[in-house]
Amino acid sequence: MRGLLAFLFYAAIASAFAFLALPIVAIFVHVSPGTLLHQLSSPIVTDALVVTLKTSVAAQIAILIFGTPTAYFLATRRFPGRALLVTLVELPFVLPPAVAGIGLLVAFGKLGLLGGTFSWLGINVAFNTTAVVFAVMLVASPLYVRQAIAAFEAIDGDLVAASRTLGAGPVRTFFRVALPLASGGLAAGEALCIARGIGEFGATIMFAGSLKGRTQTLTLAVYQEFDSNFDTALAISALLVLVSVVILFALKMSALWQPSPSTSRSRFARLRSS
Amino acid sequence: MATLAVDFTLPLRSFALELALDVGRTVALVGPSGAGKTSALRAIAGLVRPAGGRIALDGDVWFDASARLCRPPDERRVGLVFQSYALFPHMTVRENIAYAGKERADELLERFRISHLAQARPRVLSGGEQQRVALARALARNPGVLLLDEPLSALDAHTKAEVRAELVELLRDFALPALLVTHDYEDAAALADEVGVLVDGKLRQLATPQELVARPSDPFVASFTGANVLRGRVVGREDGLSRVRLTTGEEVVSTDELGGDVVVVVYPWEISVGRSHADDSALNVIRGAVQSVVTVGNRARVTIGSLTAEITGLSAAKLELEPGVAAYASFKATGTRLIQR
Repeated sequence: MRGLLAFLFYAAIASAFAFLALPIVAIFVHVSPGTLLHQLSSPIVTDALVVTLKTSVAAQIAILIFGTPTAYFLATRRFPGRALLVTLVELPFVLPPAVAGIGLLVAFGKLGLLGGTFSWLGINVAFNTTAVVFAVMLVASPLYVRQAIAAFEAIDGDLVAASRTLGAGPVRTFFRVALPLASGGLAAGEALCIARGIGEFGATIMFAGSLKGRTQTLTLAVYQEFDSNFDTALAISALLVLVSVVILFALKMSALWQPSPSTSRSRFARLRSS
Repeated sequence: MATLAVDFTLPLRSFALELALDVGRTVALVGPSGAGKTSALRAIAGLVRPAGGRIALDGDVWFDASARLCRPPDERRVGLVFQSYALFPHMTVRENIAYAGKERADELLERFRISHLAQARPRVLSGGEQQRVALARALARNPGVLLLDEPLSALDAHTKAEVRAELVELLRDFALPALLVTHDYEDAAALADEVGVLVDGKLRQLATPQELVARPSDPFVASFTGANVLRGRVVGREDGLSRVRLTTGEEVVSTDELGGDVVVVVYPWEISVGRSHADDSALNVIRGAVQSVVTVGNRARVTIGSLTAEITGLSAAKLELEPGVAAYASFKATGTRLIQR
């Protein structure tokens, strides 16, 4: 009986790992590595790669610039309505991406809430590169901002107080104390945010469409090539698997970068001594 | 030397902190945990805003409720040393000090004998070293007043004695008004010119350490400063002495003239201990079983009945004192103080 239970226990674990690994392995072995490499040089892939890079960089810069102060504000202030604002920040995280896309369309699209204002200013957001950036910003930002709030909240309040009593104003305190101490947490959040942004599909296809060379990101290209050229879809998928692995690995490293918020012995010191 | 004039009220969770005192030289606030000691420092530093009152360093007003003035911490010339030191873990020792003032960094590294640690991170320092960095950093800003939160509590007993001596020297050298808070009366008495006893946000008594021991204003102050506090009732007066019957049954006499319900205050170092009834000038003798013998350095605190005496370790050994044996505690009527209850 005990032997049978042990067998079932290990069989369950082995099945779990196999289930997780098989789709990844299959992407790389379905066709030869040579074919995968060859497909990567197709213009569809290079165009999608350029669009993905451009929109990701733009979206991530915007998320950092707007998200970091927002997170710091939410982490350090207590006021009525704060919980509501935190919920608003987190909402896109649970919202179906297709819903986020529709929302963007009726807010910023030609016939949307701000559409009139935008077209009067000569700005057309929907179905161009800006639309992809907006979609990524909306859907991926909670991953960064949530983590950033947690990172800022984890800072020992005495360190911030000490900075102030040592003559530093709020701005210097933020850049010299809060930001460096939160950097590990911010990097971890940003890594997840980049990964989510690259994988963005639902909101982008609703709001930006899948126009080759303009709004077609790698993820959208996988979907399009799935019908016409399956090998290309596989090649892009393989590329995205590698990108994901790199980001996950960077995430694990950033956990080690995180400086201890207290003056007690750091994680590094413990690792070395153990 | 400048004077920090403090007079404010700060509502805390279960009581309001009311503090009024002038800090000219070194003042210590002592009191049990939760008495509002740390809040007092934070209010002076500008980290919390009092509900009312005024805080000023000579003519420099930091807080004035009536004028709706509350300057932020960076605009108050304070050096606050946190109980946990609050050193920036991502900066070296030198960067920590230079954060508050680049000009004096080298001089202070030298003064605190930590030049060899300039490039070290705070986490690798010992408690004593961390404290020196924290002090150097607080002074690097050229503060007008020094605030110390439990400066000795994070240290082990051995380091503590050493650091206490260093602090005494430092406070003398820098000649700054300083306010320190501690839960340890002995530390306060050793470091400060004046000691304030803070209980539940109220300053019970503010006096020199000698004055506090000699004339505690109430039983709590007396017990906090280390005295035996016994309850009793004056039952008569003879030859200028008050006769007090203790709640434990014994009778003692005191030169203090009081009547009715009183608290009898006797300091441990005014009690001598013997195995037999001593035939000397001490009028008060209490016989009882030794409850405990606690050795503190070269001294022993011997508890007989409800009285604690402090004698040398040598005497304790000579008398073969150990829990259970019968002993006599004797003390003079002049060393027996009475406080009205």
